[in-house]
Amino acid sequence: MIEIVLAILSTVGALSILFASIGILRMPDFYLRLSVTVKASTLGVGLLLICAAIMFPDVSVTTKAIAIIFFLIITAPIGAHMIGRAAYFTGTPLWKGTIIDELAGMYNEETHELESEESDTDDDDTPNIAKTDEETE
Amino acid sequence: MIKNFLMNLLLSAIWVALTGSLYYTNFLFGFMIGFFILWIMNRNETDQRYFYRVPKIISFVFYFLWELFKANLQVAFDVITPKYFFKPGIVKYPMSARTDFEINLLTTMISLTPGTLIVDISDDKKTIYIHVMYLTDPETFVRQTQTGLERRLLAILR
Repeated sequence: MIEIVLAILSTVGALSILFASIGILRMPDFYLRLSVTVKASTLGVGLLLICAAIMFPDVSVTTKAIAIIFFLIITAPIGAHMIGRAAYFTGTPLWKGTIIDELAGMYNEETHELESEESDTDDDDTPNIAKTDEETE
Repeated sequence: MIKNFLMNLLLSAIWVALTGSLYYTNFLFGFMIGFFILWIMNRNETDQRYFYRVPKIISFVFYFLWELFKANLQVAFDVITPKYFFKPGIVKYPMSARTDFEINLLTTMISLTPGTLIVDISDDKKTIYIHVMYLTDPETFVRQTQTGLERRLLAILR
């Protein structure tokens, strides 16, 4: 019974890491790559750690696994958010199939402050969407 | 609220000490017994929030895991099939969450769901900008998140 649960969990975890690494190759632009990689790898590593915790019936292993999962869940979204924000700020183009970009023109160029409402209309708010596939390669 | 939680932890620690086996399943069983004892003892109290909140937290964890599983399946399907099915876009999302703790939990949950990525939070903490992979319509996405994830999360926290 335990072996079946372990097999299912570890297979799903390993497959999710595999799909994340294929996603890095296949996704057309930076944001989609980031979006695919961070979540799938968090889920995959989490499932593998849960497997380790079930397999070794030792309190120290379980404690370490839970601590690692906790810190992974706390830190991975923050890392993804910081990388994505930096990429948007330095002008990494979005994929050509992007249908909407409501963030365009919301940043104050000098102070780097982000507004929640459109304040003035004179600044340039054309979305930075790539026209061809080569721009986002 | 916090007094009940600490009391429950104390009762489960006593259960673990009495049974003498230091496993997480045993601790969880002790926690359930402690919860039941506290519920019986506090039936006449006016403050019943703790006893509503713990089942809500458990159901929220399962709801979130289910959403995570569904979204992961969708993304995995899109990664391994040759055609791209997604329509990405950056959406402006007005939050109802106000305090830093609520915003932190909400953004972590949204970021952990595959297909959505927090790009930035506005400086007045009113809106977040989300990069969504499967966007049919911005209004639909905002409404679904507001009535699904955020409502459930705020029902626990408030």
